[in-house]
Amino acid sequence: MKKLRLHTKRAITGYLFILPFLIGFLLFILSPLITSVRMAFSDVSISTTEAGFVLKDVGFDNFIRAFTIDPDFNRLLTESCKDMLVNVPCIIIFSLIAAVLLNRRFPGRGFVRAIFFLPVILNSGIVLGLEKSNALLAGIEVLQSNAADVSITTTMENLLLGALGGVGEEIVSFVSDVVNNFYDIVTASGIQTVIFLSALQTINTSVYEAADIEGCSAWEKLWKITIPMVSPMILVNWIYTIIDRFLRSDNALMEKILTAASASMQYGYSSAMAWIYSIIMLLFIGLSSLIISKVVYYYD
Amino acid sequence: MTKKSVKLRLNQPKFRANNPKPRLTKERLKNIVLKGMGELVILILMFGLCFMILQPLINKLSVSFMAEKDLYDSTIVALPKNFTLDNYKMALRAMDYFKSFINTFIIAVSVAILQVVSCLLVGYGFARFEFPLKKFWFAMVILMIVIPQQTYSSALQLNFRYFDIFGIFTAIFGEPLNLTGTVAPILLLAGSCTGLKCGLYIYLFRQYFRNIPKDIEEAAYVDGCGTIRTLFSIMLPDAMPIASSCFLFSFVWQWTDNYFSTLLLKSANLLPAQLAAVGTRLQSFLDTRPALTYTNCISATGTILLLVPVIIVYLIAQKRFVESLSASAIKM
Repeated sequence: MKKLRLHTKRAITGYLFILPFLIGFLLFILSPLITSVRMAFSDVSISTTEAGFVLKDVGFDNFIRAFTIDPDFNRLLTESCKDMLVNVPCIIIFSLIAAVLLNRRFPGRGFVRAIFFLPVILNSGIVLGLEKSNALLAGIEVLQSNAADVSITTTMENLLLGALGGVGEEIVSFVSDVVNNFYDIVTASGIQTVIFLSALQTINTSVYEAADIEGCSAWEKLWKITIPMVSPMILVNWIYTIIDRFLRSDNALMEKILTAASASMQYGYSSAMAWIYSIIMLLFIGLSSLIISKVVYYYD
Repeated sequence: MTKKSVKLRLNQPKFRANNPKPRLTKERLKNIVLKGMGELVILILMFGLCFMILQPLINKLSVSFMAEKDLYDSTIVALPKNFTLDNYKMALRAMDYFKSFINTFIIAVSVAILQVVSCLLVGYGFARFEFPLKKFWFAMVILMIVIPQQTYSSALQLNFRYFDIFGIFTAIFGEPLNLTGTVAPILLLAGSCTGLKCGLYIYLFRQYFRNIPKDIEEAAYVDGCGTIRTLFSIMLPDAMPIASSCFLFSFVWQWTDNYFSTLLLKSANLLPAQLAAVGTRLQSFLDTRPALTYTNCISATGTILLLVPVIIVYLIAQKRFVESLSASAIKM
C-alpha cells in the first residue's frame, strides 16, 4: 500500500470519528428533512389508497398565508423574539453566577447542586405538560402567592415611578418585569448551570494559586481567569438557551405549529411555519455567535 | 500543588519571621465582619433560590399525602390533616409502576450510553481533525439542533414504518422492514447521534475538547500513542465531567420523554406514557367516574413517583462521576 501523507491520514481518521453522525444523518434525518421542506411548499393530504401523504405543489402559498393571512403568526413571532432578547442574557448571567456560587466549598454543596439541577427534570417532557394541566396544583399556587398580599416589585415600581416623576417609566417597568420573571429564569437555567459547573471544575487550580500569590482580588480573578476559561461554554450555553427558549413545547408559537400539524392536519402549513421559525432562529444564532466567538478564548 | 500546601509553606517560620502575626486592628476587624456578611448574604440567597426551585415539588409532595376530603378543604394548604398513603398505592397500580419502571430504565440507560459514546466520538472528530467538508457537516449538526424535531417526526415515523437501506431489505425479504413498535428505531437513532437532543451533546463535546490544550495530545503522539489510545487514555479522563453531565441529561430527557417514545415505540408501556394515561386508568379501577381534583392528585403523586428514580440517579452520578473524577483528571 502506498504510504499516505500525514494530512490525508488525519482527514481519514477524522471522517472515521464522525462516521456515526454521517450514517445517522444520511439514513434517518435527511429524507424526513427533505420531505418536510417539500411539505412546506405543498398542500398535504393523507392518502386514502396507500400509506403516506399526497403532496400537491402550491409554491409559496403556505408562507404567504403565515405572514399575511394568519391573525396570530406575526404577533407570536415578535413575542418569541422579544422574549428571547430579554431572557437569554438574563439566563446566561444567572447560570454563570449560580455555577460560580456552587463551585465554592460550603456545607451541603452536593445537596444544593442537586436542587439546582432539578429544573432540568421538572421542565422536561411529560412533567411540564402535566404541571400545566393540573388544576389542583395551580389552585394551590394561586393561594400561596396571594397569601402575602404584598408584592415587592409592585411596591418598588410605584415608589420609583413616584420619585422619578414619569421619567424612565419604561426602564423601571422593564426591570420589574425581569424580576417578576425570575422564577422562569431560574427554572430555565438548570442545564446551563451544570455546563458552566463542569467547565469551572476543569480550570486548573494552580492558575488561581498563582493569582492568589500575585495578590489578585476575587473580582479580578473572576474577570481575568474564570470568564475567559469558561468562555467556550458561554457560547454553547448561549446557543442552547436560544434554542431552548424557541423550542419549548409551552412556547405559544410552538404550540400553534404542533396543533396545526396534529389537530387540524395542516401538515404543509405547519412545516412552513416551522421552517420560517427555524430560519429566524438560525439567523439569531449565527449573528450572536459571530459576536460572541470574537471573545471566546481557546487554547489552540 | 494544592492550596493547603501553599498555606502551610507560608506559615513556616522563615516566612513568618519577616511578617509577624498581624494584630487585630480596626481595619482587620472590619474586613472580617464584611466577609462574614458577604457569606451570610450568599447563604440567604442560596436558601431562597433553593426554596423557589423546590416549591412546586413540595406542593406535589404535600398533595400526595392528603386524603381525598383534604383536597376540598380550603383551610388546608400545605400540611395534610388526614395523612394517608392511599394515593401512592393507587398511583402505583394505575401506572403499573414496577413493570413500566424496568422498561423505562432499560431504554433510558441504553439510549444514554449509546448517545454519549457516539456523540463523544463525533465531537472529538469535529474538535481535533481537519477534513474536507468539515464546516458543512458541522452546519448539519447545528441544523439538526435548531429544527424542531416535531416538524419532521411524522416523516421519520414513516421512514421506520417502511425501513429500507438502498433497497437491500426489499431485495432480501421482498418488502421493506417494519420497525415501528420495536426498540430498534430509538436505539438506531441514539447510536447514530440523531436521537433526542444529540446535536447538543456533539456540540458540547466539541467545545470541550477544543478547550483542552493540544500539547498533551501531541506529547502522547510523540511517545507513540495511536489515535484511539490517545483519546481513551489521555483525553477521556479530562472529558469525564462533561461526559457524565451528558449522560445525565440524556438519561433524564429519555426518562421523561413522552413524545418520541410514543411516536417510535407505541406500546412499550414506559412510565411517561403511563403517567399521561393515569386519568383513564383510574376510571377503570373505580366504579364511578373520578373527580377531576382526585385525578389531579393522583397525577401529582405519579409525577413524584416518576421523578424519584431520576433524582436518585442524579445524586449518585454527581457524587461518583463529577466530583471525584474532576479531582483526579490530568492537570497540566
